[in-house]
Amino acid sequence: MWDMEAARAALPVVLKGFGVTLLATLLGFAVAVLAGLVIALLQRAGTRWIALPVSFLAHFVRSTPVMVQLFAAWVLISGLDALPLGIAVLGLHYATYLSEVYRAGIDAVPKGQWEACTALSLPHRRVWRAVVLPQAVRNVLPALGNYAISMFKETPFLSVITVHEMVHEASTFGSTHFAYLESFTLAAAVFLIASWPTSALVRRLEARLAH
Amino acid sequence: MADFLPELGRALPDVGEGLLVTLEATVLGAALALVLAFALGLASRSSRLPVRGATRVTVEFLRGTSLYVQLFWLFFALPMLGFRLEPMACGVLAFGLNYGAYGAEVVRGAVNAVPRAQSEAAIALGMGPGLRLRRVVLPQAYVLMIPPFKNLLIQLLKATPLLSLVTVADLTFQIDQLRSATGGTAAAYLLLLLLYFGVAALLGAGMNALERTAKERLGQGGDA
Repeated sequence: MWDMEAARAALPVVLKGFGVTLLATLLGFAVAVLAGLVIALLQRAGTRWIALPVSFLAHFVRSTPVMVQLFAAWVLISGLDALPLGIAVLGLHYATYLSEVYRAGIDAVPKGQWEACTALSLPHRRVWRAVVLPQAVRNVLPALGNYAISMFKETPFLSVITVHEMVHEASTFGSTHFAYLESFTLAAAVFLIASWPTSALVRRLEARLAH
Repeated sequence: MADFLPELGRALPDVGEGLLVTLEATVLGAALALVLAFALGLASRSSRLPVRGATRVTVEFLRGTSLYVQLFWLFFALPMLGFRLEPMACGVLAFGLNYGAYGAEVVRGAVNAVPRAQSEAAIALGMGPGLRLRRVVLPQAYVLMIPPFKNLLIQLLKATPLLSLVTVADLTFQIDQLRSATGGTAAAYLLLLLLYFGVAALLGAGMNALERTAKERLGQGGDA
């Protein structure tokens, strides 16, 4: 049964782990946003020798479990701490989702915009930086928000490589105090409390950008 | 590393067993998710506010609390309340509840995307709400649901290695055994990733075929 004393003792432990969870989400998502853009641009590269292998690799990473990728990276790559390694793996995994989002966003930029740039004979770099990407980012912002939330809820996977995020802390507390009920319920509550307002915010953003 | 191939030969029955467990969890979890997706998705369009509100809260709760935590809660915390489920049942329940909630949004969105004129025409023909849904709205919404359902199915497959953390001998668990026995870490994980990749490709191809037949039935095939 629910033990209030145990819950009171578990709360600071869980919240301490929440700090690591938040850090991993923010840094991991920064990796995903940048690497995703690089993947999307490489996939559009003029030469097939770059575009095809990059597309295949992204597809491969996207269709295999992030938990196995974490295990593999953890065992095969030495010399990196668990947290930076985990952030890199989780970030790259999400980058392969975001590359698809960017692709759709770039495709949604009207063809006339490209044609106008050609007519003005703007240099290639300038077309991307000043015309296409600013419009594409507007298209993809809500989707990026949704992926950030789902990445937040997948950070517990980092515990398989000994990152001390929230669920890892909850698990350790649960086993040492025999208080799994309290510690895991608190962890679930923190996820809910943190992700609910964020997803409401993203929905509002989505509605605003739709008009 | 040199022992890897002969050892793999010996371990092949175990790996096959693990693959079956993974497939079983995927199929059962997806079936539960599908039922829940339709129940919650249709209930969220109810005209009665209490029904709509309760559905909204359920969906947000199941989506918001993280699959990982839900599975661990079912496995570690639920026994403290006096209910003990088999590890596999914990997995199937967690996958079904979590992806069912995501699927509910898919069902809701797809039903909303069917043009209103279709429902109005059905009303004009004197069809009741049940018949209207079954014969006019759902067959059209169904086509729109398949691509997002395909994504969810592959997400679900990719979540199944969690089973190995709650003592289920799934594919990840079996290959991990093989890895410890041989020390062929790179080969074992590459094989594991390739196996998941293969299953994902098969599931994806199956869903694509389903989409094609559904479109043809609606007369949207051919040029698509």
